[in-house]
Amino acid sequence: MQKLPTTISNTEELWYALLLIVAVSLVYAATRHELFRPILYHALRVAIWIVGFMLAIFIVLVAMDWWIS
Amino acid sequence: MSPSTSIPIPDYPDQSVTLKDPALAAFLAWLIPGLGHFYQGRLAKAVLFCVCILGTFAYGVYLSGNSEVGYGRAVYASWAPADRRLHYLCQVWVGLPALPALIQANRVRNHKDPIGGFMAPPSLEDPKPNRPTLDNLHYTLNRYFELGTLYTMVAGLLNVLAIYDAWGGPVFTDPRKRRKDEDDEPASTEKAATD
Repeated sequence: MQKLPTTISNTEELWYALLLIVAVSLVYAATRHELFRPILYHALRVAIWIVGFMLAIFIVLVAMDWWIS
Repeated sequence: MSPSTSIPIPDYPDQSVTLKDPALAAFLAWLIPGLGHFYQGRLAKAVLFCVCILGTFAYGVYLSGNSEVGYGRAVYASWAPADRRLHYLCQVWVGLPALPALIQANRVRNHKDPIGGFMAPPSLEDPKPNRPTLDNLHYTLNRYFELGTLYTMVAGLLNVLAIYDAWGGPVFTDPRKRRKDEDDEPASTEKAATD
């Protein structure tokens, strides 16, 4: 079986991003709203944006990894 | 004491945010994340900021240490040319929890031993009691030194947002702009259809 690219084999490191994503989303959303419900909705949208951005970078890195190796 | 200001909440005409003494609230928000909001009676946001920011900072302090070298090794103040710790400029916005680093740095500058290893700057020459070198720290803690640095810096920067929120209130999206965007959208779609 072909060895996995480095970017995929080290994914356990990504768990450290989870707490940061939650904290950043909630705090950022809380600076845009005062009531709890809008804060939570906005935080969810921010979290999706962050994860989406990370996924885009991830795909680029995996593609580069395959291309180089 | 400066007067309180009241800001209406868009989309909720019967509710408003009362910002009691914004300058003092901003100072308290810097001192302990969430304390400024607690002082203004905005309890839900006080709890949210306190848990998110202090939790992130505390986890960073925990990650960047162990029982051997001491905890909080990624949070230290140093202006020595060989180790100018600019990261601390982000970490210090967390307020009181990051201030032990200043005490430790001051003791080291006055040629005294730091109190324990907590937030003590690393030695620039040979390892000393409670002061391993930066190389030792990286060797012992591995990537957790960088992770701890990242967590504590992000916590400090998040508290800048919380301080602004305590001083000036939430940065609401302008409802007029939002409505204009919503009004413009069908018009542009219709124009595209006729073209």
